[in-house]
Amino acid sequence: MVVYKSFESDILIIGAGGAGLRASLSALEHGKSINIVTKSLIGKAHTVMAEGGIAASVGDVDKEDNWTVHFADTIVEGVYIGNWRMAELLAKQAPERVYELERYGAVFDRTPEGKIMQRAFGGHTYRRLCHVGDKTGLEIIRTLEDKVLHTGAKMFDEVYITKLFLNEGRFAGALGLEMRSGEFVLFKAKALIISTGGCGRVYKVTSNSWESTGDGLALAYNAGAELMDMEMIQFHPTGMVWPQSAKGLLVTESVRGEGGILLNSKHERFMLKYSPEKKELDARDVVARSNYYEIMAGRGGPHGGVYLDISHKGRDFILKKLPGMYAQFKEFAGIDITKEAMEVAPTVHYQMGGIRVDPYTCATSVEGVFSAGEVASGLHGANRLGGNSLADILVFGKLAGEGAAKWTDGKQETDPDENEVNDEIKRVDGLLGGNGTNPYDLIDELTSVMQDHFGIVRNGNQMKEGIRMLDEIEKRSGAVMVRGGLKYNHGLLACLELQNMLVACKAIAISANMRGESRGAHTRSDFPKRSRKWKVNIVCKKDGNKLSTRNVEVEEIPAELAKYVKPEVYE
Amino acid sequence: MNGSENEKKKIQISIYRTDGKSGEYKDYEVPLEEGMVVLDAVRYVQEHIDTTLAIRWNCKAARCGSCAAEINNMPKLMCKTRIDSINGKIRVAPMGAFRGVADLVTDVSENYLINRQIPEFSPKEAKSPWVIKQMDVERTKEFRKCIECFLCQDVCHVIREHKAGYVGPRHIVKAASLDMHPMDNLDRSEFLNKEAGLGYCNITKCCQDVCPEGIKITDNAIIQEKERAVDRFYDPLFWVRRKKKG
Repeated sequence: MVVYKSFESDILIIGAGGAGLRASLSALEHGKSINIVTKSLIGKAHTVMAEGGIAASVGDVDKEDNWTVHFADTIVEGVYIGNWRMAELLAKQAPERVYELERYGAVFDRTPEGKIMQRAFGGHTYRRLCHVGDKTGLEIIRTLEDKVLHTGAKMFDEVYITKLFLNEGRFAGALGLEMRSGEFVLFKAKALIISTGGCGRVYKVTSNSWESTGDGLALAYNAGAELMDMEMIQFHPTGMVWPQSAKGLLVTESVRGEGGILLNSKHERFMLKYSPEKKELDARDVVARSNYYEIMAGRGGPHGGVYLDISHKGRDFILKKLPGMYAQFKEFAGIDITKEAMEVAPTVHYQMGGIRVDPYTCATSVEGVFSAGEVASGLHGANRLGGNSLADILVFGKLAGEGAAKWTDGKQETDPDENEVNDEIKRVDGLLGGNGTNPYDLIDELTSVMQDHFGIVRNGNQMKEGIRMLDEIEKRSGAVMVRGGLKYNHGLLACLELQNMLVACKAIAISANMRGESRGAHTRSDFPKRSRKWKVNIVCKKDGNKLSTRNVEVEEIPAELAKYVKPEVYE
Repeated sequence: MNGSENEKKKIQISIYRTDGKSGEYKDYEVPLEEGMVVLDAVRYVQEHIDTTLAIRWNCKAARCGSCAAEINNMPKLMCKTRIDSINGKIRVAPMGAFRGVADLVTDVSENYLINRQIPEFSPKEAKSPWVIKQMDVERTKEFRKCIECFLCQDVCHVIREHKAGYVGPRHIVKAASLDMHPMDNLDRSEFLNKEAGLGYCNITKCCQDVCPEGIKITDNAIIQEKERAVDRFYDPLFWVRRKKKG
């Protein structure tokens, strides 16, 4: 007889970053009972890492700004495969989400008139990012955390969800491992919201936290949900390159937003060549590729990066606007950015793709399962604008909470199959024992494959070889095993995470290999141009033990909205 | 260049291993990398030498506050402490003020329970957008930098030695961040004085010395809140007399 604790609620929320917390508030406002589960401690989710700001066309700095411009920017910079309905929702609702956040207690920097200060960011026509210094994500997560804690909602932190259970195709429950006690917990609920963030850690050089291993993607995929746009992985143009220990660490786009320029080893401001109009503030895919090309052409610095210089703005300005960056370089690299340039190179930052959802309710293709935030897809298309992710988590977090709440109205609970629960506990227990393959060795191999074969510029041969290598790692992953028990065993988590990472990797790899063009973050040296044929979203689904794909036409933008958007032009 | 030289170099690190009840230091040898921090070394041990080593970390960028520990008896973030800043032996232990779970992991959940008790933000005006001066934003900004690593709680001798009814520095900072919020309508000094045990703090300033965000916890939060409480609850003349006596 296997022993586990059991908790019930109307709605279960997995992931306590901005999206999960905002969804929780919505669900509670609708009178639903909730349980919130998070893999890390409360308040440590990846939202905390967001620096630059939240994109919302409040027009406090540039009065000309309004939702139609934000909408158009999102569609154009997403290279026309983003969902127009989601872009419209985001552009229209982001301002109210920002004001609401203020009413919850968040503080933003102000203009001289006392309105919300907004900064310039790549791909945004106007100064649009509401911010507080370079710690906007911390402000947002702390505000939501306080708000949710004061509702008295039950929060289970350091609980790792291993599997979702369905009953006749409908969500019934999820099994978790409570890390601090080593006990299994069954969470039963009528509906589920997955808001677990991205999968950036499947790459070697990443700005992502420990927890970003694609867990939510894999949970949903294994339960039968569709994933979409998985080939679209955002490389942030500026990550630290040195010292080795800090490699990949994010250098916020605010540095460029506040006037920082990019230089190569010949002191040429190369963005003038790649993007004469928008220069350093072009969309991230463009700037990341430019940095990459300069480095590949041998015009990089001693540690394989280009130079990012803001020192001309002066010490006082930098300490006020970019205190976090100043401290980061001082502490980790011993560099004073008020005097010297930073050496930077692209780092994996964000997954534009993810679980396929309905724009208005955030419902996935599995009954009773909803999703919001980085783990969901559709809004960002082929490239995400900086600041749109913080807007995304609030706008769609709220909609997911409402969508799930309304869905549960009048629904009866349904129970997970006892045998399935017991089998899952046995599977997890089975990873503990004697000498198996070390999961970290396989994760190390897997991240190398992704970095080398599905990087910033891809080609067919490399990708085919990469897919073969992933298959081989997957075969060997059956032999992973670690010592120790169920209590706070990161090694055990690594065994479980490895399986999730493999799902994310395969979805990225197969989708990337299929898309025979270059669009947004997906660049191919063998297909350097954009193709009308590929104005589609690639959708993946589990099909037995295989991953099947299909191409879905991007829905045309209706005329009343299309008039705001510069039409797509093909060469 | 330096890489091959560094690969040959190894460092010794001593990590406290415990099941939460009893424990001991164990020594490990880890290859040195350029710019290495203590978290890198501890992770190396966990991933390559003993996967059962329990550690807690997340962002590895000094922004999330997960990897708090005691390094050579000083409360620090492991991700922010460079190996080359330490002379001699490196000893890493869990935070002593919290119940041990396993190895370097402690149970910090009491902090979220305390947070629930601090009266939450209560806006003066229900309708927004609001007009706020940047000067007023600056007053609360310092306290909002807190990444909840709980190092200040760890170093606090009132918490460590007396377990008295004091909620601890992190929570005074939280209350101050709300009290000094330009749109907040409450005064938390009564709560701090009566329920949060602010009076137990005798201003040794240890907490602000260990804050990785450089928040002047004692100077700008604790002393300010003590004065507010005193202004409100005690005869000012009596207070002046008492302060002069020390």
